[in-house]
Amino acid sequence: MSRNPLIREVPPTSWYFRHPRYLRYMSREITSIFIGAYCVLLVFGLAALAGGPEPYAAFIAALQSPLSIAFHVAVFIAALYHATTWFNATQVAMKIQIGEDFLPGSTITGAHYVIWAVLSLVILGFAGVF
Amino acid sequence: MKERLVQLEVFRYNPDTDRQPSYQRYEVSCLEEWVVLDALNKVKETLDPTLNYRWSCHMAVCGSCGMMINGEPRLACHTFLRDYPGVIRIEPLVHFPVERDLITAPDDFMAKLKRVKPYIIRKQKQPLEAGEYKQTPRELLRYRQYAMCINCTLCYAACPEYGLTKHFIGPAAIALAHRYNQDSRDQGRDERQEVIATKEGVWECTFVGACSEVCPVHVDPASALQQVKIASSFDWIKEHLLPGGGK
Amino acid sequence: MAKSNKPVVWFPFAAGGTVIAFFIPVIALLTLLAALGKLPSGLTYDALHGLLAGSVLAKLVVFGVLALSLWSSAHRLRCTCFDFGLRIDTLVATVLYIAAIVASLAAAMLLFRL
Repeated sequence: MSRNPLIREVPPTSWYFRHPRYLRYMSREITSIFIGAYCVLLVFGLAALAGGPEPYAAFIAALQSPLSIAFHVAVFIAALYHATTWFNATQVAMKIQIGEDFLPGSTITGAHYVIWAVLSLVILGFAGVF
Repeated sequence: MKERLVQLEVFRYNPDTDRQPSYQRYEVSCLEEWVVLDALNKVKETLDPTLNYRWSCHMAVCGSCGMMINGEPRLACHTFLRDYPGVIRIEPLVHFPVERDLITAPDDFMAKLKRVKPYIIRKQKQPLEAGEYKQTPRELLRYRQYAMCINCTLCYAACPEYGLTKHFIGPAAIALAHRYNQDSRDQGRDERQEVIATKEGVWECTFVGACSEVCPVHVDPASALQQVKIASSFDWIKEHLLPGGGK
Repeated sequence: MAKSNKPVVWFPFAAGGTVIAFFIPVIALLTLLAALGKLPSGLTYDALHGLLAGSVLAKLVVFGVLALSLWSSAHRLRCTCFDFGLRIDTLVATVLYIAAIVASLAAAMLLFRL
C-alpha cells in the first residue's frame, strides 16, 4: 500500500467565490476600506474646521459633489452592514452565563440594537435633524 | 416505500495509478428517506466495490464520514437525499491531502489536537480517599457545549484561514482547548495558552464563522475562539502591564 | 512558539469595531445630509466649532471615535489584503498601522488647536 497523497491547493485570490458565505465575509471585510477612507475624510473635515469659517464652508461645498454623494451613500451602507454583522457577532463572542442558563443570544444582540438606536437618535437630535 | 434514481458524481483518486483525480458517475436506486451514506454503500455493494470512504456509526456521533457534498462540508450520514434533487457531487473534505478516493489524511489535525493537550491536567492530584472531583451543573455548563465535538474536521474544511495557512491550529483543536480551560476540574490552562495564544493559534482566526455554520453537533467553535481571544488579551494585559506580571 | 503579542493589535481593533458600529452609521448619515445640501444645524461652523472648542469632553469623544475607528479599519484592511491573496503582510501591516496612527495624531493636534 503506497502513500501518495494528493494535495489540492486553495486558490489564494479566488477562494471566496466557492460559497456565498465567503462572499458575505469578504463584503463585511471590505467595509473597512470605506469606513477607513471616511475617517480620513473626517480628519480633513477637522482640519477645515480648525482653519476657520471659509475653509470649513469650502469643505462642506466640496462634500456636495456627485462623487462625494456616491461615496457617502457607499459609506452609509458599509457602516450599516458593519454594524449589523458586528451586533450579530457579539452574541457569539459574549456568552453570559446566569446560573444554569445562558442569556439568549437574541437578548445580547437586541440590547446592542436598542443602545444603537437610542444613541443615534440622541446624536441626530443634538445635530438638529429634528 | 418510494424509490428514487439518484445520480452521484464521485471524486476518484488511486494513489498507485493516478496523477490527477477524476470523477465517476454512478446511478443507484435509493429509498426516499435515505442519506448520502446509504447511497454510497449501495454503490459499493452493487456497482463498484473499489470505491473507498470512511464511515462507522451512521448517526453523526463518530465523525468518520465527513465529505464535501455539493461543495459543502457535511457528514454523509447526516445528509438526506431528499434535499438534493439533482446530481450529487461528492468529494473528499477540502484542505486535507487525499489518500484515496474520499479518504483524507487527517494527520495535521491529529497532531494539532495532541498539541493542545485535550485532557484534564492537574497540578495537584486529589488523593483517592478524597473521592471524585465534584462539579455543579453551573460549572458543567461553562464547557459542555464545546465537549460535544466529534472530531469530524468539517470545520477545518470550512475554515478559509486554515485553507490558506496550514500552520493554523484550527477551530476544533482550539475549541477543545477552551473546553478544558473552562472545566473547573482542570488546572492546565497556562500550558494550553502557550499553544493556542500564539500566532498560529487563535490569532490566525478572523471570525469568518464558517466553522460554526457547518458543525453538525452545534459546538459553535467560533464562539470558543472569540472567547479565547478575549481571555488571551486580558492575559496579555496582566502579564505585560501589571507589576509582577499579575502573578 | 511563544505566546503572541497580537492582543496589542486586536484589543483596539475590537474596541474600534464596536465604536464604528455604534457611531459611524449616524455620523455618516449626518455628513450624507450635508452632502445632499441639507446641512444639519449642528454641523454649521458656529455650532460645531462652539461645541468642540468649548468642551474637553467633546474633543476626547471625537478623538476616541476617530482613533479607534481608524485603527480598527486599518487592522481589518490588513487581514482583508491577506484574504485577497496578498502575501506581503509585514509591509501591509506597517503601512496601514502607521497611516492610522498618523491620521489619529493629526486629529489630536487639530482638536487640541480648536
